[in-house]
Amino acid sequence: MTLLAILIVGGVGLVFAVFIALANRKLWVWEDPRIDAVASMLPNANCGACGLPGCRAFAEQAVEGIIAPTKCSVGSDDVHKAIAGFLGVAAGTAQRRVARLLCAGGTDVAVSQAEYRGLPTCAAAAAVAGGGKGCAWGCLSLADCARVCAFKAITMSDTGLPVVDPVTCTACGDCVEACPKGLFVLQPVEQRLLVQCKNLLAGDEVLDQCQVACTTCGKCVQDAAPGLISVSSGVATVNYELNAQADRQAVTRCPTGAIVWLDGAQFVRMPSLAGSTEA
Amino acid sequence: MPYPDEIVLPLRQHAGNPATLCVKVGDHVERGDPVGLADGWISVPIHASASGTVTDIGWWPHPDGTMAMAVRIKVDRYAPQMTRPRMVPHWEGLTVDQVVQAVQDAGVVGLGGAAFPTHVKLAPPADFVVHTLIINGAECEPYLTSDHRTMAEYPDRVLFGIRVMMQSMGVPKCVVGVERNKPDAIAALQQALPTDLDITILPLTVKYPQGAEKMLIQAVTGIEVPSGKLPVSVGVVVQNVGSVAAIAEVFETGLPLIERIVTVSGHGLRRPANLIVPVGTKLRDLLAFCDGVTPDAAEVIIGGPMMGQAQANLDAPVVKGTTGVVVLEKHETRLDKVYPCIHCGRCLEACPVFLNPSLLGDFARVHRFKDMVDEHLADCMLCGSCAYVCPSNIPLAQLFQASKAALRRVKAGAT
Repeated sequence: MTLLAILIVGGVGLVFAVFIALANRKLWVWEDPRIDAVASMLPNANCGACGLPGCRAFAEQAVEGIIAPTKCSVGSDDVHKAIAGFLGVAAGTAQRRVARLLCAGGTDVAVSQAEYRGLPTCAAAAAVAGGGKGCAWGCLSLADCARVCAFKAITMSDTGLPVVDPVTCTACGDCVEACPKGLFVLQPVEQRLLVQCKNLLAGDEVLDQCQVACTTCGKCVQDAAPGLISVSSGVATVNYELNAQADRQAVTRCPTGAIVWLDGAQFVRMPSLAGSTEA
Repeated sequence: MPYPDEIVLPLRQHAGNPATLCVKVGDHVERGDPVGLADGWISVPIHASASGTVTDIGWWPHPDGTMAMAVRIKVDRYAPQMTRPRMVPHWEGLTVDQVVQAVQDAGVVGLGGAAFPTHVKLAPPADFVVHTLIINGAECEPYLTSDHRTMAEYPDRVLFGIRVMMQSMGVPKCVVGVERNKPDAIAALQQALPTDLDITILPLTVKYPQGAEKMLIQAVTGIEVPSGKLPVSVGVVVQNVGSVAAIAEVFETGLPLIERIVTVSGHGLRRPANLIVPVGTKLRDLLAFCDGVTPDAAEVIIGGPMMGQAQANLDAPVVKGTTGVVVLEKHETRLDKVYPCIHCGRCLEACPVFLNPSLLGDFARVHRFKDMVDEHLADCMLCGSCAYVCPSNIPLAQLFQASKAALRRVKAGAT
């Protein structure tokens, strides 16, 4: 009886196996074997930083020569070189970018005007009265960005600010999308000057909300190379194209410390954030 | 209430385009002068609610929690607060277009909370026939009684507004839906009812949400407005009693919408009241006029306790859409521990638009916003009934609100 059962089931299995084998032969589609090879070299994080749906799609486009290997911002230089060498194409110019936070208003320097006691996510807090922070543009400190970061590059500091580790950050852009206040920007890692503020109030009334806000006093502009820093609509902005002319002078001139000189992670110079991630 | 020392008029007080500024710092404005002009069709002007000098034009806390451009006016203590003499449009001789224009120029918006410009509703697209005008006298939320007081104290004004609307739009029939728990309002309206117009006062079941537009249409006419469609597609136009009274005021005195009735209530308030408040009065001044808040007051909400917005800054002003200000005490605002969904289905029973809040909540938690759209998130009006009945204390309404905000961001990014 048992033998019969084994034979029947085995027989059915064999018939289907033959059918599948034939179908596989009949319906087989030729695919460039290099796609598999490239895909295996990629980080396979499927983060979407390159703008494509996943690493497989990147491999397909890389093989066809549509996209340069360096467009994979997650991969290291070695990965780029390996893929470029394998495909015999130029690696392209790599410009490493990282996410930077345009807010330095931790709980120690920014005024809190109300207590928020709802759903503990930034998105929900932003929808309800804009959260409890005095500054309507500032970081809500509820860590939506840290939660979406697939590379665990964001840690929350003791003062409630997300600190991006520039080494592990791959500029995938997930935090940029997650932040309801739009505080993250992806910047070339070598950009030196950064205005860590998005508060559009002008003048000293900003200081009632946050000690490290940009008051648009314009002192940074005066010493800087022409066109490097411009002050408009409430905050100063730095032009990356003139990065080579950036000077620490602007930082020392800033009365509030809103503008900083970046050399690695953000916030390393702020004593209150010591103990948080430092590159 | 008396005029405060300063009024703040945000340029965005209504649905649609914000008004465009038409004053500059240092200008003197009389009560009723425009400070912002309508920008396009779905927009209305903003008028100064007191005489004074424009001291600043800049960012100011808005009741919706953001910062918005606003005009600050230092009120002149010694001004008589008389409005400039103005033409009172004699409505009977006006064409529909002129009535619509007069209503837009007066800055009238829906006073039920959404602040949708009223004149847009007065001019429905030509291919729709409006057979019934419904006047919303069902209070939108618990605590709020401003519509109730309007009907009980100004029945003539409400009915005059209805008369203007019916005649200018050519609507044959009007129904005023009033909840049954306001017998004095029903009686007042019945007494003032004119004989030459087909106006019915319809007592409605007391429930929440009854004041929502689509709920009210169903309760009054039995017609269900299809998902994603406007009430005008079923031949109905709904107006809040406050807006109707505002229209009446335009054709009685020529005054634009510069004051509104605000319910100031809640256990955290010393002297609850319904007040006629100049638009632009800061919450701080309003609460001070009501003898301030109790020591246990913990939360100030603009709107009602179900859908209202908690305020982080008492400098935010009363705007045209502010139906009420509710001050809750600490024990009323406790946040209970959230437990997992036990799929009891109570939220499905509670949902007035027959959605599945439980499923939507699961989607919201894992950010599957596209699936939420397929489950008709757009029909959710954030009434909060699901969150109110949830035995696991899941903040469903807030999840949906955040999801809607996320979808808006995605949409804005895509275009």
